[in-house]
Formats: sequence, C-alpha cells, structure tokens
Amino acid sequence: MCLAVPLKIISIKGKMGIGELGGIKKKVSLMLLDKVKVGDYVLLHAGFAINKLETKEAGELLQLLREISEVSD
Amino acid sequence: MKYLTEFRQKEPVKGLIKKIKQHAQDIKKEISLMEVCGTHTMAVFRHGIKALLPQNLHLLSGPGCPVCVTANDYIDKAIAYAHQDKTILVTFGDIMKVPGSRSSLTQETSEGAQIRVVYSSLEALEIARKNPDYRVIFLGIGFETTAPTVAASILMASEEKISNYLVLSGHKIMPPAMRSLVQDHQIRIDGFLCPGHVSAITGSKIYEFLAREYRIPCVVAGFEPLDILESIRLLLGQIKSGQARVENEYRRAVTYKGNIKAQQLMEKVFSKQSASWRGIGKIPHSGLKIKKDYASFDIEAQFPIKVKASKDYPGCICGDILRGLKTPPDCSLFKKACNPSHPLGACMVSSEGTCAAYYKYHQEES
Amino acid sequence: MKEKILLSHGSGGRLSHKLIKELFLKKFDNSLLEKLGDSAIFEQKNIRWAFTTDSYVIKPLFFPGGDIGKLAVSGTINDLAVTGATPLFLSCALIIEEGLQLSILEKIISSMKETATRANVQIITGDTKVVEHGSADGLFINTSGVGIVTTQKNLSSEKIEVNDRIIINGTIGDHSIATLSKREEFDFQTEIKSDCAPLNDLIGKIIPACPGLRMMRDPTRGGIATVLNEVASEQSFAIELWEEKIPIREEVTSICEILGFDPLYLANEGKVVFIVKQEEADKLLAMAKAHPLGKESQIIGKVVSGPKGKVYLRTEIGSRRVIDVLTGDQLPRIC
Repeated sequence: MCLAVPLKIISIKGKMGIGELGGIKKKVSLMLLDKVKVGDYVLLHAGFAINKLETKEAGELLQLLREISEVSD
Repeated sequence: MKYLTEFRQKEPVKGLIKKIKQHAQDIKKEISLMEVCGTHTMAVFRHGIKALLPQNLHLLSGPGCPVCVTANDYIDKAIAYAHQDKTILVTFGDIMKVPGSRSSLTQETSEGAQIRVVYSSLEALEIARKNPDYRVIFLGIGFETTAPTVAASILMASEEKISNYLVLSGHKIMPPAMRSLVQDHQIRIDGFLCPGHVSAITGSKIYEFLAREYRIPCVVAGFEPLDILESIRLLLGQIKSGQARVENEYRRAVTYKGNIKAQQLMEKVFSKQSASWRGIGKIPHSGLKIKKDYASFDIEAQFPIKVKASKDYPGCICGDILRGLKTPPDCSLFKKACNPSHPLGACMVSSEGTCAAYYKYHQEES
Repeated sequence: MKEKILLSHGSGGRLSHKLIKELFLKKFDNSLLEKLGDSAIFEQKNIRWAFTTDSYVIKPLFFPGGDIGKLAVSGTINDLAVTGATPLFLSCALIIEEGLQLSILEKIISSMKETATRANVQIITGDTKVVEHGSADGLFINTSGVGIVTTQKNLSSEKIEVNDRIIINGTIGDHSIATLSKREEFDFQTEIKSDCAPLNDLIGKIIPACPGLRMMRDPTRGGIATVLNEVASEQSFAIELWEEKIPIREEVTSICEILGFDPLYLANEGKVVFIVKQEEADKLLAMAKAHPLGKESQIIGKVVSGPKGKVYLRTEIGSRRVIDVLTGDQLPRIC
C-alpha cells in the first residue's frame, strides 16, 4: 500500500504542482500539504504529495551508514 | 536520482549485513520479524535481501497488502456494480486479478464490463468529468497512505459538483490488524518493520501501543535496501538488549505526529467501521466508511446491493499462510489447482504474495 | 468450456504460452511450428527460407519515435533477422476501422515505405478489409515476411554453452514508456522516444564476423525477462543477468518507480539480445557499438550451469533474485 517516490517540485499553480524525477515531469496534487515551495522534495503516492522529505535527516542517515561500514571493515 | 540511488549503495549494505549477522549470532535463537507492508515484501524480493540475511533470521509478510487482504465480498460487490447499466468501474491495478467468489475484475472485462485501471483517483475524477452520462465508481482500496488521497478526490468531487463520481470504500487501517496479530498466540513476532509511508501520514506514534502493551520492538522503516537493512539492525539491537520501543529509521519522511492535514481530511470524509480481512476475519474499527455528509459519493449508500455470502475456495488456507502459521506446501491446492496463471487465493495473486513468491523461489531451489 | 480469451493471452507471458501449447501446437501439429522460433526456417531446393508473421494492434497509432506502420515493418524484419535470415519481402494486410481519416492512413503507409526502403526490403503483396466503426482501434496491421538464411548452421538455444555472454544493443523499456506517455490516464511528460527500428543491417554485419554467435532474440512484448526465460526454459543451463550492466534511461527507471513496473518486462522494438561465445564477446560488443543502432550496447550477463532452466539477476546491492515469467501485462500499482 506504500509505493511512493521522491519528487522535486519545480512549479506550483494553486493546489497542483509539477514535480520532477530523473527527467520525468509529473503532475502532483498538493491538497494534502501546506507550505510547499518550489525546490522542496515530496513523496508522490497515487498522484498526491503525502509528505515532505527532509534533506537534513537523509544526510544524517547516510552519514551514519557510512560510519557503520567503515567500522565494520 | 535523489533520495533513491544513495540508499542503494553496495558498501553500506555490506557493513549493515556484517552488523546484522553479529547481532543475530549474539541473540542465538530463531528470530521472526514481520514486515507489515506489501511494498516492503516487494522491495525485499526485488533486491534479493533475504539471501543476505543470517539463517536464524526470518522475515514474515504481514497483512499490509490490499491484494492479500481484500475479502471476496468486496470483489463480488465491485463486479456486481460493474455490470450495472451505464457504469464505468475505475480501479488501481493491484486488485484486477484478485479472485472473488466466482470471478475477478480481469475476467469480467472479457464479459463486457467497463473497467479501467488508473494510477490516481484524480484520473478517476477526470473520467467522471468526461463521461457525465455514466456512473463512475472508483474502488477505494489501500491503507492510511491512500485513504487521504481518495478522501481528497471526494472533497474535490463535492466542490465541483461531480455527481457521477462515487467510491466503493474498501480502505483499511493498520493498527487494529497489528493488534489482532499479536493477540493471536499462535503467531510469534519478535519485532515489527512498520510501514514507512503509512507512517508518513499517521506519524510513528500509532505503534506505541505495541511496544507499551505487548513489549514488541518496532522500527518505522523506509523502502530502499539501506532503509530495510538499517531497520533490521535496529530491531535486532532492541531484541538483543531486551528493549521494546518505537524507533524511526525513516526520519526523512516520517515524524512522530505525521501529516496532520492529511489526517484531518481523512477524518472529514471517513469514519471507522468493522472490516473483513481475508485470512484474519472481521476486525472491529479497522475499516473506513464514507461519512453521511458525503453519502452522495458513497456507492453503497446510493445504490446498495446484496451479494451472495462470500465463500473462500474450498481447501484454500490463505488465512493461515497470511498469519505465518502454515507454509504454501502445506496447502493441498498449491501448485496444482492454484498457481500464478490460475490463482485461487490472494496469496498467489499478488506477485509478492507468500505463495507466488514461494512458487518462484521453490523452483530455484529444486 | 466456459473459459474465455483474456487480454493477458496476448501479452506474451504465461497465459500466452499456455494457449500456444494447448491449442495451436496441438492442432497445427508440425515440427516446424514446434520450434516456436521468431521465424520458421525450412529448406526447399537447397535454400534455407525463413518465414514469419506478426500482427500489430497498438493504440495510439502514433507515438514518439514512430507509428504502427514503422512498428509493423521493423518488427517483421527483426523477426527474420534474429533467426539469421536476410529479409527480402513483406506482405501487408490491413484491417481498417470505418471512419479512419485517409490522411492518417497515408501517413502510416508512407512510414511503412520509408522503413522498408531504409532496410532494403520490399512490400510486394497485401490485402485491405474495412470493418464497422467500433470493431477495430482505427487500424490493425498484419505483416508477414520471407528471407533467406545466411548463417552456416541454424542458430538455436541448443548451441548455447556455459560461460557464453549475453549482449544487448542498447537501453531497455524505451518503446513501452514512449507509448505509455501518450495514454491520457497516466499524465506524465517525457522526452523518451520509441526505439522502433529495423535491425537487419546491424545483425547482417555481426553474423559473418562472429561465428561463435549462438542465437539472437528480439525482446518485444514481455521484455528481456520473457525472451531469456524462453531461451533457458527446459535447457540444461541458466542465465545470470547483472543489474548494474543493463542499460536503461533514467526516465524509464523513474516511470517504473512511480508506477511499480519492473523494466525487465517492458517491450522493446529496436533491440536484439545476442548470445555469443565468451571469446568473441568483446569483438561483438565493439562491432555493435560502432553501429548507429548499437551505440549503448553492453554485456549484460552470462550463461551459467544452474539452477537449470532459470533466469536470475545479480542485484545492484550484491545479492540475487529469480526473474520469473509474467502471467499477463504489468499494471500500475499503489502497493
């Protein structure tokens, strides 16, 4: 029930946005979110943005995982 | 591709597997982790994750898969509606092949029913706008990730007065089903990989009761290989140290409280009701029903129909398999009457259903 | 018997194979048909002929990179070329829906002529039928083709040996995604064009230079997953593919992530999979890369000893999984 992909918002018109992933442009409804800005990353599920993605958290996780693999060697 | 490729890198995978193997060795006994969401089952299969895990670690597939848990009567009702005059049935692709008591949606298209597959309820709305003389019925399946999107489509229909758009709600919510599983003493679950995208909507708070009341470790997990492996590592860490709490691995998408606006939209349109889960049975407050305020978009309120009482195919043990009590070879129908080309139960329909997956893997081992 | 024909019966997967085996092979009953090659090869008066047929029922008729006419001509030429034949002549039978604009038909016929000329093939016979409005999606085309086999021996999976390499001449899934982008329901924008093209020139250059070529297949409906399963099925070897090596455009990957598709099953109309002796793999790869229709060629896997009859993938994270045969077409999913 959870197929969702990260989409970068490149334009907004009212409650609809256009997002981009790997060269594809896709229309996405922003009805489920407030305060979305161009440049934000959102999770796309069934044509809707269901939440925003936090860059800082993503970076922290990747850093943690890198440390785990360095320690394991 | 940002937020995807970084979480599929080989090197961190190796590091995580090492840690996981270490934990599993320290824990020694057989460990059963349940991943609740069908998309997790699919991701595990797609990347070949099971082959990397230690021998004493087992991943169980839980009921978070609309294909697996949609009961016969929902499919039977959908088929009955599809055959009504001037009706177009619109659905997500997932349930096209799910067997009802007698038939499936795919088979019904060959009987002349107008059934269209879409990616979004927004497309169903568009079909309704373009076909004002037809009744357009959208099959609302899925869990807390999808229900807000369908609620939004109903609100849009209400605002634009698209009176020929109706929904047959088959939405379900996860926590009551998870509670039902842990209360079933036949099933042994040492930890839950909680569904990351459901949690993006609901927040991680909804799993606290599992840790608090049942002492089961929970980790909210993302869907990329690094997310899944890191979540397993965290669960094993809790098991090893005898802890039981809710940890959030998927912090880039999930917060404690979740998406409040989406939750509010859901509550505006839906109320809870009892629902039938294939394989588990009726669970109170686990299904979503369209509220009276939006009854004009509820196909069951507008045109109630009775279908003959649902029956499972005789001999089908999908229920026991979904709960991890039996394995596919225990089923008398497995491989013979029931196979991927001719599925009788939900476990075989879904390409990641336990029986379909077993059919593939089993061939590899033989 | 209450069973009915479903759309899945035409998609090249499990149900299609069942229909072929249980009805067509059973009734038509001959050794040439049983081989189920892309073309049938038979010998008459010391000449090895190849003969093939295909029908095209796609919607929409025009898509980025081509149209139903270009597709029909390329597809039939490719079915001949992959069996080692030089394509010579095609037939063209049309089933036209009443009401189709003449200008559309003209465009498609011109496209067929252009594609055939480019491939050095002539369309020498045909038929036209018109059916009532609503009975056909604008236009259905059937093309049959004949050619002469130039390889010393027949190419077949019986020639395949462990350690042979699998090579493809470019990116997968382009055709599927290009046609999908034109279907209103899915509402996304992409620059992807179909790879639809006749491959006889590319293949014609490779055959004489690579005597270690075992066989070729064109991965149309059902994708590389389906054709490689057909190759491996009931044989004493297995096929291992390398996920990191399979060429795929980022846009195709994106659509697959969004809709839940596996790109290995997507249709290609300008691709050929070569199975070649290990020692000649680099040579074949270099020749393919030197051709305009093979610039992105890659070695994507090898033949291994087991599990017999299976195809599996070495995943990008370093693990492995089975690549099974699909039952029907892939559908977009939310789970």
